[in-house]
Amino acid sequence: MSDNYQSFEYDVLVIGAGGAGLRAAIEASAAGCKTGLVCKSLLGKAHTVMAEGGIAAALATVDSRDSWQQHFVDSMIGGNLGNHWRMAQIHAQQSPDRVRELEKWGAVFDRTNDGKGNINVRHFGGHTYKRLAHVGDRTGLELIRTLQDKGVHSGIEVHMECTIYSLMKDGDRIAGAYGYFRETGRPVLFKAKSIVISTGGIGKLYFINSNSWECAGDGFGLSYLAGAELADMEYIQFHPTGMVWPPSVRGLLITEGVRGEGGVLKNNQGERFMFKYIPAKYQGKYAETEAEADAWFKKVVIDGVKEETVKERKPPELMSRDVVARALWNEIKEGRGTEHGGVYLDIASHRSAEDIKKKLPSMYHQFKQLADVDITKVPMETGPTCHYMMGGVKVDPETQMSNVPGLFAAGECAAGMHGSNRLGGNSLSDLVVFGKLAGEHAAIYAKKLRDFPKIDESKLAGLNKEMNQPFENQGGEVSYKILADLQHIMEKGAGMFREEPTMDQCLKDLEGLKERVKKVTAEGNRMFNPGWHVALDLRNMLAVGEAIVRAAKERKESRGGHTRTDFTGYSKDFAKKRVVVRQKGDKMEVVREDLPQIPKELEAELINAHMLKPEVLKQLRGEA
Amino acid sequence: MGKVHMRVYRGNSEGGQLKDYNVQAEEGMVVLDVIHKIQATQSSDLACRWNCKAGKCGSCSAEINGKPRLMCMTRMNEFKEDEIITVMPMKTFPIMKDLATDVSFNYEINKRIPPFTPVEGADWHWEQEDVDRVQEFRKCIECFLCQDTCHVLRDHDKMAKFAGPRFFVRIASLEMHPIDALDRTALLKNEHGIGLCNITKCCTEVCPESIHITDNAIIPLKERVVDKYYDPLRILWNKVFGK
Ligand SMILES: Cc1cc2nc3c(=O)[nH]c(=O)nc-3n(C[C@H](O)[C@H](O)[C@H](O)COP(=O)(O)OP(=O)(O)OC[C@H]3O[C@@H](n4cnc5c(N)ncnc54)[C@H](O)[C@@H]3O)c2cc1C
Ligand code: SF4
Ligand code: SF4
Ligand code: FES
Repeated sequence: MSDNYQSFEYDVLVIGAGGAGLRAAIEASAAGCKTGLVCKSLLGKAHTVMAEGGIAAALATVDSRDSWQQHFVDSMIGGNLGNHWRMAQIHAQQSPDRVRELEKWGAVFDRTNDGKGNINVRHFGGHTYKRLAHVGDRTGLELIRTLQDKGVHSGIEVHMECTIYSLMKDGDRIAGAYGYFRETGRPVLFKAKSIVISTGGIGKLYFINSNSWECAGDGFGLSYLAGAELADMEYIQFHPTGMVWPPSVRGLLITEGVRGEGGVLKNNQGERFMFKYIPAKYQGKYAETEAEADAWFKKVVIDGVKEETVKERKPPELMSRDVVARALWNEIKEGRGTEHGGVYLDIASHRSAEDIKKKLPSMYHQFKQLADVDITKVPMETGPTCHYMMGGVKVDPETQMSNVPGLFAAGECAAGMHGSNRLGGNSLSDLVVFGKLAGEHAAIYAKKLRDFPKIDESKLAGLNKEMNQPFENQGGEVSYKILADLQHIMEKGAGMFREEPTMDQCLKDLEGLKERVKKVTAEGNRMFNPGWHVALDLRNMLAVGEAIVRAAKERKESRGGHTRTDFTGYSKDFAKKRVVVRQKGDKMEVVREDLPQIPKELEAELINAHMLKPEVLKQLRGEA
Repeated sequence: MGKVHMRVYRGNSEGGQLKDYNVQAEEGMVVLDVIHKIQATQSSDLACRWNCKAGKCGSCSAEINGKPRLMCMTRMNEFKEDEIITVMPMKTFPIMKDLATDVSFNYEINKRIPPFTPVEGADWHWEQEDVDRVQEFRKCIECFLCQDTCHVLRDHDKMAKFAGPRFFVRIASLEMHPIDALDRTALLKNEHGIGLCNITKCCTEVCPESIHITDNAIIPLKERVVDKYYDPLRILWNKVFGK
């Protein structure tokens, strides 16, 4: 294959066209920058399209008590204080405006039925009040289509089905990106003054996951290899409710909305077990008996009584995901699981068939079509599935810039907002809040540069040779085989539960994979060749896998999405630290840094307003 | 479970042929799983698109035993045990490679539809029933199966004159939005050629989102065109008042 590459020039290049990338591109373009947008799939198909339950914002349209302060506190407690407080604050303060803005751009959210015709919001785990604006259970589709339509009319140039293989630098700063068009295999160079990385998550590193094929950790790998620091890589969210049967759909998400609409979790004894698992941080906030939970549900969800007037507390099924996932795992481990190794999620006994079909249409169809299960009649089987990466590129909260000048990150691939555990609905809002900020500041940065940074084009031939290597290799394995092994290795070594010896083994296994990847073989040619595409993805995946394991080894405590069987509970040595991973020579270096803490005045204010409890703070800081 | 017999189109813009594959089936498989299994074990360069594997992204469209369908939502147990299952790319669009087609036509059309434009000083409060219909149209996952099946587009020569059912749905979602200010009737009549649709309803039949494309989108839009251009009173009114 020739080295003959196509070349484009942009003030701002956005890599990734999910919610974060689209929002960033719209902002950069509005600021007058020539903006390019690159994505691996067709436009509108990014992983964001799968988001179901909603977008979190303290709109206070249903419960007037809601406020940014409460949303901030919920996100910090949900994240077990592992969040960068300033990102959580910006997110809570700006998400209502971003949601209203989507409506101005044509999004059509579900409405309240109180005669006021406001945007309706629903309950989701860990949120004190109803807070998720939604469109049935297809909120991600609404978000992406709205941004897509706004984007294509704002003069953004879109390059679809194009994969970035390497970031290019001029000295320390960013200078561009190099990759290939998936259809033709032809190389392409994008020269850029600044770059926004918004490439989404890492789900495909795990065998059981809820993600699209695109979520292969590209952005983490690309940024890391370009010298950017990654933070919080040990924090991975395993969603409690993935499908477990049949095998072909294992991991596919069952929206948390099922629990929001009344679904309850039961073990094989018929016991509603979540009452046993209320952790200290949520004590007093959730119902303690089935009768209380059912009374709350009937009043608040069915009869639409204002929650502030109801004395019962909400069901413990609505606690944050890390808590529910661990509870579920424990039930299964102790032998109270279902036939296919899950637990039961039962909505049929709490809602009418008509309601279920209306409120959760795509869940109804998903089960009917893929599992021959009618969820209006029988319970679903469900188990944990790898869902979301809280960690990522370490960015400045105000600008979203990484430590590499000109390299910005937003969305799932950026770290800090969610701490050790993300609340449902906080991702879609994260995308639009920080997507906008990243676009804005990438534009400011680009405008300050008079000339384009220089790219050493002599390096490109080498990169192209590297990309072509799988065709040159003889007798190696096909990429799919190595990918499957990687997924199993990660699941075993750095899955929901972790301990030192298995993580050490995992690192060794990853080393072994590196050797196999060097010899990976692709058949055919560069024309639209998925086996070759996966072969090239493996390099990033290995770097990301290693970062996850090394960070997880470093954090010797359990917090949110990082659970260690050899270090249970919160530790005060780690409570105020974040683990950062970076490249040093050709080695991976792991360091512990101070995690910025909520300013004292703000903390006192929130305690006075009864939003934060000093004893909860103490407990999460490992001081109790 | 036994083996399944698949016949998959392999080729590119210069030509190609059907190729036979025997694949070990597993419980619950959909057609897309079988395609993935072929990639993993027999032909790693077999091209196809997919993302969500849950009927949400509209990437995996193909013609399965002649019917336009999503591969990820077509269960293998729908077929008889010894049935040969043929998978072809969408016929309406030029082929790129194997099951992947060039659907850029659709993105071009979309660009030419004037976007949502709210009336000035709009009241952003409205009731659910005011947007139920718009929300039905916004369920569209852009699988382009309706475009694939519509005979007006399938005969290719009219592609330049006809936007296709997907985009009538899109325009309907804008036209019926409670506070959209634009009128896209002229566009529908001229550039997008809605008159060429003879309401065969084939598009509605293949829509995986069960959008009532013809009844709820196309027919009301056609009525708007008729009202504006063919209703004698309306024409007189337009002449007199100049709109
Ligand atoms: C089933 C499911 C349901 C969910 N429901 C909700 C919900 O209800 N509420 C909520 O808040 N969150 C939800 N989430 C999480 C949320 O959807 C994701 O975290 C979010 O959409 C990520 O968006 P993003 O813009 O960061 O990236 P993505 O949407 O993943 O987009 C990544 C983009 O980057 C591109 N890309 C990647 N690598 C490269 C490369 N090398 N070169 C070029 N382009 C590249 C991809 O092509 C894609 O366009 C859900 C997740 C799942 C899996
Ligand atoms: S109803 Fe109209 S748009 Fe639909 S398939 Fe028939 S001719 Fe095409
Ligand atoms: S209207 Fe239906 S068939 Fe047509 S593109 Fe949309 S979802 Fe697909
Ligand atoms: S893969 Fe998304 S619709 Fe089939």
